[in-house]
Amino acid sequence: MTQAIIAHNVFKKFGKPDGSFWKHILKQNSNGQRPVVVAVDSVSFEVQEGEIFGVLGPNGSGKSTLIRLIATLLLPDKGEIKVFGYDVVQQPMEVQRLINRVSVEASFFKKLSPMENLLYGARLYGMNGRESRIRIEEILIRLGLKKRSIFKPMEEMSRGMQQKVAIARALLSRPRLLLMDEPTTGLDPRSKREVQSVIKELNQGSGTTILLTTHDMLEADNLCDRIAIIDSGKIVALDNPQGLKKIISSNGYEPTLEDVFLELTGKTLVKDEIYPLI
Amino acid sequence: MATLIHEFRATYAFMERNANLVKRYLSWEVVWLAYSIANSLSVSYIGMGMEQLSGQNIDGRYLVLYLVVGTLVWRYLSLIFYWITDVIGMERWEGTIEYTLMAPVRRVTHMAGQTFFALIYSLIFTSLILAVTVVLFDIDLSHANMFGGTLMLIVGSLSFVGIGIMGSILPLLFPERGSQMTHVIIAVLLLISGVYYPISVLPEFLQKLAVLSPATYVLDGTRLALLEGTPTSELWPLIWPTLIMGLIAIPVGLWVFGMAERYAKRNGKLHRNG
Repeated sequence: MTQAIIAHNVFKKFGKPDGSFWKHILKQNSNGQRPVVVAVDSVSFEVQEGEIFGVLGPNGSGKSTLIRLIATLLLPDKGEIKVFGYDVVQQPMEVQRLINRVSVEASFFKKLSPMENLLYGARLYGMNGRESRIRIEEILIRLGLKKRSIFKPMEEMSRGMQQKVAIARALLSRPRLLLMDEPTTGLDPRSKREVQSVIKELNQGSGTTILLTTHDMLEADNLCDRIAIIDSGKIVALDNPQGLKKIISSNGYEPTLEDVFLELTGKTLVKDEIYPLI
Repeated sequence: MATLIHEFRATYAFMERNANLVKRYLSWEVVWLAYSIANSLSVSYIGMGMEQLSGQNIDGRYLVLYLVVGTLVWRYLSLIFYWITDVIGMERWEGTIEYTLMAPVRRVTHMAGQTFFALIYSLIFTSLILAVTVVLFDIDLSHANMFGGTLMLIVGSLSFVGIGIMGSILPLLFPERGSQMTHVIIAVLLLISGVYYPISVLPEFLQKLAVLSPATYVLDGTRLALLEGTPTSELWPLIWPTLIMGLIAIPVGLWVFGMAERYAKRNGKLHRNG
C-alpha cells in the first residue's frame, strides 16, 4: 500500500533564545529573552493512502503546525516530510498539486460570492472555468447550500455555511490528501453531522486520504482509522481507537476516547475540586 | 503545453479575482476616483494661480499642463505600485494568504496575474482622470504625441512592477504594519522624481538619487511627448534607461520575494492575519 505521508523526526520551533540588539529592544519580553516555543518535537509517523488519520491534542499542542508543515506553509527546522513520495521542502509544487486544506477559520474574500471564491480556487489549480462553474454548483448544492446563496457575498452567510464552502473549495481540486484542521469546530450539531458524512463519503467513495485534527472525541472515534495523540509537540500515543482505549486500565469499565485523551495529555478532571459540595 | 495552460489559468485567476473585488467594492472605487480627480485638479490649479501669486508674466497654461502630466503619470505609476504591493496586503486583510500561497502556482505567474490587472486598471483609472482634466482645463492635445506618451508610461510600468514586488515583501515580513511601510517607498520616489517640479530645484544629493528613479525618466519622456509633441524616436534616450531599470527590477523583485517567502515560512509569519 502507498504511503500518503511519511514524517520522520520532524522538529519545529518558533522564536530565538538570543537575538540581536534590535531584536532585544523590539521583541524580547520582560524576562529579557524572547520565548522559544517548540511546536513540533521530533515527530515521526506514517499515513497510508486511503486512511483517515486523526490527530488529537490540547490547544497549542502542535496540531495546526504539523498540518502547516505538511501543507508547505511552514518549513521544518529538522526532519523530513514526504507526501506521496515528494519532499515538502524540496518539491513543494508537486506536493501542492496533490493536497488541499480546510482550516478552522474559513478564509475567503468576504465580499465575493462562493462562486467567485471557488472559481478563483479552481483556476489556481489549473481547472477550466466552464467545467468548474458546473462542478462548483454541484458540490455546493450537495453540501446543502441553496442555489441563490451561491451568488451572494460570503459575508452574508453563517459560519457553518462558510465552512461548507471551505470544504467545497478543498474538494474542487480533487486532492489525494486532504488536510482538515478542526473542520467542525463551531458548527451546530446538524452542520457537524453533514460535514462528517461528507468526510466519510469522500474517503470511501474517492479513496481520498484524510488527515483530521479535532477536539471532538466522538468524531475522531467514529471517523478515524488511526489516531495520534499529541501533547507539547510530541506524539504520546498512536493506534486505532480500540487500541488507544486499551492503553488505560479499565477495571471492568469501557474507557472512552476522551478518558484516553485526558489520561495521556495529563489534563485529568478532578471532580472533587470542581464540585466540592457534591 | 499542459503546464502552459495551467499557468495561463492561474494568471487569469488573479486578474478575474481582482476584477470581481473591484466590482464588489464599486462604491469605494467611485469614492477613490472622485478623490483622485479632486486631488489632480487641485494640484493643477496651482499652475493657474502662479501667475496671480507671483505677479509676473508666467505661462500659466504651460504650468497647468506640466502639473497635469505630473499628477496623471504619478497616479498611474503609484496605482501600479499599490496593486502589486497589495498582492500580500489584501490577502492578509482577507485572511486568504495561506490558501493562495499553498496553491500550486509559481510566484512569477502569481505576479504576472497581479501585474496585468494592475496595468489595465491603472490605464482605465488614469484615462478617466485625464478625460475630466482635459474638459475642465480645455487642454488641447492635438499636437501631443499620444503614442510616445503611452509608450513611456508602459515602459515605466515595468520598473514600478519590480519595485512593487520588492515592496510587497513588507506586508509579508511585518504582518501588522507592513502595508503602511510601503508608503515610504512611494513618498521617496515622489520627492526625488520631479513629479511637480524639475529635479534641478532639488539639493545635489537628491538630484543624484533622482537619476536612479525610473519615474524621473517616465515623467520627462511623457512631458516631452505630450507638451512638446516630441517624436517617439527622440524619446529613446529616456526609454532605454527606463527599460533597463525594469528588466533589472522585476527579476530582482522576484528573487527578493522568494527569499522573503522562505523566511516567512521558516518563521511562521504567514498565518497571522490583520
